[in-house]
Amino acid sequence: MATIVVDGVEFEVDEGQNLLHACLSQGLELPYFCWHPSLGSVGACRQCAVIQYADADDTRGRLTMACMTPAKDGTRISIQTETAKQFRASVIEWLMENHPHDCPVCEEGGECHLQDMTVMTGHIQRRYRGRKRTFENQYLGPFLNHEMNRCITCYRCVRFYNDYAGGTDLQAFGSRDRMYFGRTTDGVLENEFSGNLIEVCPTGVFTDKPFSESYTRKWDLSSAPSICAGCAVGCNTFVSERYGRLKRVHNRYHGELNGYFLCDRGRFGAGFVNSTDRIEHVGERVEDDLFDVLDGEVGIAKLAEMIRQGDVVGIGSPRASLETNVALKTLVGEAQFCTGMSSAEESLVDLIIQTQRATSADIPSLSDVESADAVLILGEDVLNTAPRVALALRQTVRNRALNLAGEAGIPQWQDAGVSSHAQGRLNPLFIASVLPSGIDDIAADLAHDVPLNLADCGFAIAACIGEASGSEPGFVRKAAAALRSAQNPLIVSGTSTRTRAIVEAAGAVVAALESAGKVPRLLLVAPEANSFGSGLIGGGLDMNAALQRVASGSTKTLIVAENDIFRRAERERVEQALCTVENLVVLDSLDTPTASLASLVFPAATFAESTGTFVNYETRAQRFYCVFEPRNAIAPSWRWLAQAATDAGRDDLGWRHVDDVLEAVAASPNMAGVRAVAPDAGYLGSSLCKTPRETPRFSGRTAMNANVNIHEPKTSVDEETPLSFSMEGLNRDQPSALLPFVWAPGWNSNQSVFKFQQEIGGAAAGGDPGVRLLASGSIGTMPARSASVRSDGGGVDTGFRLIPVQAIFGSDELSSRSPPVVERSSAAFMIFSPMDAERLGAAQGMGVSCSVLGATFAVTVDAAMKSGYVGVSVGFTGAEGELPDGLIALAVDPNYRPTPNPHDRVIARG
Amino acid sequence: MSEVSQLIEALSVEEVDAIEAEITHLPDRESAAIEAMRIVQEKRGWISDESLRAIARLLGMPTEALDSIATFYNLIFRKPVGRHVLMLCDSVSCYVMGCDKVRTAVCDQLGVEMGETTPDGRFTLLPIVCLGACDRAPVMIIDEELITHLSADSIPDILSGFD
Ligand code: SF4
Ligand code: SF4
Ligand code: FES
Ligand code: FES
Repeated sequence: MATIVVDGVEFEVDEGQNLLHACLSQGLELPYFCWHPSLGSVGACRQCAVIQYADADDTRGRLTMACMTPAKDGTRISIQTETAKQFRASVIEWLMENHPHDCPVCEEGGECHLQDMTVMTGHIQRRYRGRKRTFENQYLGPFLNHEMNRCITCYRCVRFYNDYAGGTDLQAFGSRDRMYFGRTTDGVLENEFSGNLIEVCPTGVFTDKPFSESYTRKWDLSSAPSICAGCAVGCNTFVSERYGRLKRVHNRYHGELNGYFLCDRGRFGAGFVNSTDRIEHVGERVEDDLFDVLDGEVGIAKLAEMIRQGDVVGIGSPRASLETNVALKTLVGEAQFCTGMSSAEESLVDLIIQTQRATSADIPSLSDVESADAVLILGEDVLNTAPRVALALRQTVRNRALNLAGEAGIPQWQDAGVSSHAQGRLNPLFIASVLPSGIDDIAADLAHDVPLNLADCGFAIAACIGEASGSEPGFVRKAAAALRSAQNPLIVSGTSTRTRAIVEAAGAVVAALESAGKVPRLLLVAPEANSFGSGLIGGGLDMNAALQRVASGSTKTLIVAENDIFRRAERERVEQALCTVENLVVLDSLDTPTASLASLVFPAATFAESTGTFVNYETRAQRFYCVFEPRNAIAPSWRWLAQAATDAGRDDLGWRHVDDVLEAVAASPNMAGVRAVAPDAGYLGSSLCKTPRETPRFSGRTAMNANVNIHEPKTSVDEETPLSFSMEGLNRDQPSALLPFVWAPGWNSNQSVFKFQQEIGGAAAGGDPGVRLLASGSIGTMPARSASVRSDGGGVDTGFRLIPVQAIFGSDELSSRSPPVVERSSAAFMIFSPMDAERLGAAQGMGVSCSVLGATFAVTVDAAMKSGYVGVSVGFTGAEGELPDGLIALAVDPNYRPTPNPHDRVIARG
Repeated sequence: MSEVSQLIEALSVEEVDAIEAEITHLPDRESAAIEAMRIVQEKRGWISDESLRAIARLLGMPTEALDSIATFYNLIFRKPVGRHVLMLCDSVSCYVMGCDKVRTAVCDQLGVEMGETTPDGRFTLLPIVCLGACDRAPVMIIDEELITHLSADSIPDILSGFD
């Protein structure tokens, strides 16, 4: 701790910090642009100037940049003195010289850091009368708008995009007052974290393109805290709505998990909520593709009748909430319940859970990931399966620079000093993967091979950690040595290749490190947002067994909750089951191949229209709150199930509210913690104290539906959650899990987030949300290596062996139905070794057809691919489900025409 | 087409050799960025998008990063220039000594504005910062020749020396 004096008042501050950080932490208002808590200080904008005094007798002082000055004990500064104020006002006047002052048409307006800082400095009169330089804007792809004239040259965008996120196609061009931030030519910004520029840029240069299609000012949005449904990381989000449409997703700060940043799948993948493919009514199938709309009550009565008749099997889903899964499991009984994962996925998720329990290695949060000092990624393509982990790993590797800076006495926030001192030295990251990945640029060494050989590589590393034989390949030896000599070694692996042996090998490496006296961490990625929840709930039937049982004819009714079974097993197996069963009941939000075969369909609420719980890779249970009331008959799946069961005379599903379901969830094994995840509807007791979803400036409430009804409709009362659908209520000091947006006096932009943290960049005020359901620590035994069938690759004559390849845009079911993600993703593809491609007569730009999968794939050639094997984009058309085993015949499709790449199109300039 | 032959399509063998020779004196390939652009510009007069991409590939760096360097320096041209590049100093000493009048004279004489190239491709006019010749202000530099003590009257004579 240090004592500093600011305008004559003493403050106790954190000694290691800079003065800007220290002042903001004390609630003092000091404007800034280029400093960012995650990016550090570079002193580029000169906006945070203060006067620093040598001692108590110094009355003149000298101008200094607060963000570049350490908060040493005894530091004396003034923010308020006239010279400092005038200097800051001049700075903003210079920065604004070329700014178009176009706030009324700028999408940053109302949540603009530049507006806030302009007001804070008091520079409220424009004096410049000269010509302004104007720029041509660029087409940057489906995610971002570009409006360069608004730039104030703070350099935050390139520092985030290049230094933090590893991007290469955004740069600062030019010099002086003609600095341009963009690409060399128009084109899609390639980095997977580009959407963060919306929040990082303090002005309206980079804004959210899908949001601008039906734009709403921040003050007119209603929002609720939510959890990203894109992958197993479970980043915390703010989801916003108006007129019953999901408008946008913003980052919700979580100190241990996503910090300040989301990936683009999460930010732009929620658009499926507004899809025209939404199921909005209860439907009864009359013939193929033709459904009669039923009244909800009638549908419930029909389902109740089926339940009464018995012989019901239930298939849940790893993309549905714990609540919905537990409701279905309770309804059909454990023995008739299947989690909804494919058999392969389920056995892998079980294996992961067993492994995590058997080791005392902690599951790292993302902030733990960043503190590792040696990492092995074994077989998992994290950038495509759990993207936010890849962003954290970039920091892990870069953090070597922080350690070196610490040794050299350079403050951690001194960004330029820290990185130039490190001279590019990085913490070691070893990647063993099927194909090159998007984070290879930061790896110390790489190994590419087919999945089972990657597992061998893992076991070899484990053996080498115990005792080096001297004959290991270089990669194995180097990785083992790096992990062994690290303070905080980290192993990352997961399910993306659907290979048990890889997860077992990861467990073996961790066990070897433990035996060597290390305290390693183990991060295992599962496929979906609630895969861990599904795994912990478990079911009596795995997918193949469930389908077999249904296909055998002994099942009258199959209830599928929020799942497209065609993605979970081979087509014939699914078809056989779904066509045999008398009643197929599907509850889902989107029309899917499964739903279109249903006899009875119920419209399910998405994460945005319901309240529920997901369990992430850390086994952290996290609550997402309903953002807005669903239209038409849409309701949470658990509610349809509970009502029908009650109708059928069951007394164990008499739940009226999500909190009642949660009570049932909490009674299941491993789930005791779920009630403590976030406040329930009874929080603070009174409905007057509910947290408002609408902002305090919400406008047009009496008029927004005037085209339908000139009277203001009565605000619905939210009995489900501690949030209200209005402006009224108490939005103060609530637990962080209940924060609907960030906004503070004078701080209208998301930069106000520091007002909702315990310390800047630390835990969220009131503690980071979520409750971990499993503690690690030697429960059970570490799974040993199972006997895996060794199978060689094939070839042109025999057919090829398929390996799943994951893509951030396209592999995930729900996000790949969000329009901007559709525009950003490629067509289904297959990756060949150069030799196989040549033998097959295939080349880039051609297509190969696969009769087993019934689809054609764009050809990609990659020198790292092993001959005899073919990588297939899973989740894409033709490869939605589990890939078939065995050797699969492929042939060049002479009729294939590549779909024109929308990315090459220059849509709008100007 | 192989990568090397693609490169050679955009850069000549001599250019590639000259750049490679530079690289041997440097700690890493990227450090040759400015030198490489100078080599290419010497031959071609400017750095086209195509040259930029080829140099970036040769140096193993993102095109964006190279362009960031290219656009920072006023002596690297990212647009075609005329046979002669005339750069008129507009920094403080030259300003005080009347570079404005000189500029008007140059522009009138050539019929183009600063930043433009004459239709016959003879001259490109550009402003430049202090050339370190303040004691002889106002000054300009044409190609590599420094011309000092300018006045509006001296311009026609000076320009006639370049065709
Ligand atoms: S960036 Fe801010 S100040 Fe600039 S136009 Fe947009 S709202 Fe106005
Ligand atoms: S584009 Fe935005 S983030 Fe980038 S320099 Fe300009 S104002 Fe800063
Ligand atoms: S915030 Fe300190 S100089 Fe930009
Ligand atoms: S100001 Fe023109 S040469 Fe110095």
